[in-house]
Parts: sequence; structure tokens; C-alpha cells
Amino acid sequence: MLEVKDMVVAYGRVNAVKGISFTVEEGQIVTLLGTNGAGKSTTLRAVSGLLKLVSGEIWFQGARLDGTPAHRVVELGIAQSPEGRRLFRQMTVEDNLKLGAYSRRDTAAIRSDMDRVYDLFPVLGSRRSEPAGLFSGGEQQMLAIGRAMMSRPKLLMLDEPSMGLSPIMTQTIMKTIRDLQADGVTILLVEQNAQAALSLADRGYVLEVGQIMFSDTGRNLLGDDRVKLTYLGAD
Amino acid sequence: MLDLFFQQLINGLSLGALYALIAVGYTVVYGIVQLINFAHGEIFMVGAFGAFATWMLLGQPTDWGVSASLLILLPLMLLGGIVVSVTVALLTERFAYRPLRNAPRLAPLITAIGVSVFLQEFVRLFYGRIPGFPDAKSAIPFPSVAGISGEIVRIGSVTIQMPALFTIVALAISTLFLWFFVNRSKTGRAMVATSQDPDTARLMGINVDKVIVAAFAVGAGLAAIAGVAHGLNYGNIDFRMGFLAGLKAFTAAVLGGIGNINGAVVGGLVLGVVEAMATTFIPGQFGSSAWKDVWAFALLILVLVFRPQGLLGAKVVDRA
Repeated sequence: MLEVKDMVVAYGRVNAVKGISFTVEEGQIVTLLGTNGAGKSTTLRAVSGLLKLVSGEIWFQGARLDGTPAHRVVELGIAQSPEGRRLFRQMTVEDNLKLGAYSRRDTAAIRSDMDRVYDLFPVLGSRRSEPAGLFSGGEQQMLAIGRAMMSRPKLLMLDEPSMGLSPIMTQTIMKTIRDLQADGVTILLVEQNAQAALSLADRGYVLEVGQIMFSDTGRNLLGDDRVKLTYLGAD
Repeated sequence: MLDLFFQQLINGLSLGALYALIAVGYTVVYGIVQLINFAHGEIFMVGAFGAFATWMLLGQPTDWGVSASLLILLPLMLLGGIVVSVTVALLTERFAYRPLRNAPRLAPLITAIGVSVFLQEFVRLFYGRIPGFPDAKSAIPFPSVAGISGEIVRIGSVTIQMPALFTIVALAISTLFLWFFVNRSKTGRAMVATSQDPDTARLMGINVDKVIVAAFAVGAGLAAIAGVAHGLNYGNIDFRMGFLAGLKAFTAAVLGGIGNINGAVVGGLVLGVVEAMATTFIPGQFGSSAWKDVWAFALLILVLVFRPQGLLGAKVVDRA
């Protein structure tokens, strides 16, 4: 579904991503692991069209994706819930969700998708006309994911959805991700919480300073000594 | 004394309404691209000339009755002014500012000053070169509109000039329209989202280029209405009229909190009222009309010192 080939992305003259390749198959959950500065968010921003590639290619559903303006990428079926949630804090929950559906015209279906988000996260439904900035970190994360779902993406990219959340809230978010997969959404997940991410993932890629060090199935990576040492904090 | 106060309040509100109509353009564009569009005063000026040109194309009518003037002439002049202002604004956005979107901020700022000079001189070139376009060195008489020009309304002992009333009503209608546009239309919501966080707006599928075009167009439309109002109030227009009006409107936008649409409206009205009151109630030569600009800018300095975010500007909220 998504194929990234030898992608190089730079901020100014510094290459943040130095020639990475990976694929996401339809219906899978794929996770990118790595420490701060490994290039995970940069990768997602490049796929979304917010950053230009220095070299390399991105393919989505058999068509070349790189060079497509960001708003077109959304129309093609790729949504992103960005790092740090980036909600429109002064706007209400409802307005945030409406903006998530900005690329769509089917008003009735938008309404029912919105109700679905409220079913999934009841706290959002009961406080739908309050500004997003008033919600707790976990609730804001729910809204960020809900907002990304509102474009009815084929591929949903989540950048550190568990950041700053309690273990219980992290579990809720991870369960939501699994439910989305069951609904047929393909997911590219960037996480620092390797344990949680790998338990979900069909496949994982480990990034370090802009390069992919190794990749394997989620299950194998959970048992991998190198991963254990660096990301799982076990000896 | 009280009558004088109310008289000056009305005068101030009408002057302020003019500033407010222009100020919205500064604030909307700034809110989205962080550009102080110093050519916006000239967008106001070409709007006045657009209305004037429309009147010429209609055969320079001077004898239309009240209803024909109010129902046909005035709307057509407004429309002509808006078309010219919006067209010019979009051309400057496309060819002057857009290529500099990712340049250091000083570059578009200097470009804006260049565009301002260019537009003034461009309009000046028409003087005396087009049949019917007066060969005036300074001011061109603005067509009078029956039912507005020279008419007055009296409320008690307070006299309201109809052109002044027109300006206030135009601002009221425009503000209402703006409110609906920003809060109810999809493009309006996209505009607010873009001003809050452009990258995330793009992740929502918002075409930021289109939003920027909409911002320039809305600002230009209101500036054109102000251009017509200026012509009706002062009876003449000239190619330099955008400079001081633009500077005052910019002051109004900063006063209200730049980037905040309501702030631009409030800032404009406050500035107009302060000017009008200062020339009446400050004694001696400091109250002479020569000093009114001094008081206007003194107010700006006070606000910048004690409330730098402007009257209605919110404190910058972190995005953690």
C-alpha cells in the first residue's frame, strides 16, 4: 500500500532521514521505533507532503506520492495525527472533528462518522462544544486520533499517540488502534513505547539517526536482544 | 457640552468605521501569513478609483434620482470598486508575495512597500491620459450619489452627515458578513485553522494557498467599500489617499490586536473616536486638528507599552 524507497529528507543542510526504505502492506499495523532524533516524525511529515524529499521515492497504492501537496495527500486517503497532538485548542471538539473531515463533501456520512468518534470516546461526545484546549492530555489524544479518522483514511499515521499518557490511557489508545485495524484501516505507528507498539504491530522498523538499523515482525522484535536492550529497558 | 460630545462621538465613529474597514485587511492577512501588507492602503485607494471608473463607464451620470442612485448607481460603484480591489490584491499576492512565501520575513515586507509605491505611481499614470479622467494634479472629485451626498439627518441637536452614516452602516453589515464567513463557512473555518497552525491545517486537507487568496480577497473587498465611503465623505479621491489611511488602519489593527478580526473593528472605532474627541476636548493648540494624528499615534505607543498584544489580542498560547 505504502512504499518508501531510499528516502532522504533534510532540514536545511542537515539530513534528518538518510535513505530509508520500508513498506506498509494493506491492513497491517507497522511501527517505526527509535529514540528522539531518529527521524521518525520527519518520515511521517515527508509522507504527508509537509516536507520535500531530497531524493528517493514514495509510492501509495501504485502511484507516485512524493511531490503531491499536503492537502492532496489527505484526499488520496492518508491522514496523520501529528506529534504533540496539535489540536486547534481554541476551537471546540466538534469544530476540530469537522476540520478533520475538511476534504469530504458527504455531509450525512460526516455526521455519522462524528457520532462514531463520540461512541468510541464518550468523553468527547459529552463535552463536544468545549474548546479542545480544556481537555486532559489523554482526552486530547483521543480527539487527535478521532480528528485524523474523520477524513476516512485508508492509511492512518499516528505520531507518538501514547506520549505523556498514563499506562491505562495508553492501553485505551492501543486498543483503539487495534479496533481501527479490525475496521480495515492500515496503520503506520510511530512510538517511543516499544512494548506497546510491538505488541500490536505486524511489522516493526528500528531507526537510528536517520537510518533503518533492522526490521522484523512485531513478535520477533519483542524478543530481540538489541530491541530489549535499547527500547524495552530489560537486560 | 453633552451635545458636542455626542456630535463628536458620531464623527469619531464614522471616521473609525473607515479605519476599521481597512484594518480588517491588515489583520486577516497578518493572521495567516504573518505579513504586514503595507500595500493594503493602496488596495483601498484603487477601490475608490474602481468605483470612480465604474461611474465613468456608466456615462458619468449626475442627474439620477434618489432611488436610481441608491439602488443602481451605488451598488454598481461598490461592485466596481470591489472587483478592482480584489483583482489587484490577488495579482499582488500571486506575483509579489507568493514567490517569497519561504523567504526571510524582511523580503516580503520590503516588497510590500515596493508594491505600495508601484500602485500609487501606476494610478497616477492614468491622470490626464484617459478621456473623461480629469487632468488633476492632486484630487479628483468623487461622483455624488443622490440620497447620500450632502444629505444630513438630525437627531436632537446632533447632525449626522449621510456619508458618515453610510460608513457606519457599511461597517456594521460588513462585520456581520465577516462573522458568518469566519464562523459558519467552510473557508472561514479553514482560515481560522490556518492562522492557528498552518502545518496542521494542511494535514486536515486544507489548501493553504487557497486560504491565503481568500484572506487577501476578503480584506480587499472591505477596503474597496472603505474607498467608496472615503469618496462620499470627503468628496474627492487621489492616488496618495492610501498612505495615511493605510497607516491609520494599520495602527487600528495593532491597537485592537493584530491577527484578531474583532480587534481590528474595535481598534478602528476607538482610534476614530479618540481622534475626534482629542480635537474637541483638548484645550489650546494641542486640540487643533493638526494634532489629531499625534494623539492617534500617542495612543498606539501607550497600548504597545502597556498592552503589547492589543486591546483584544489574547496572550500567545503555547501549543504543548
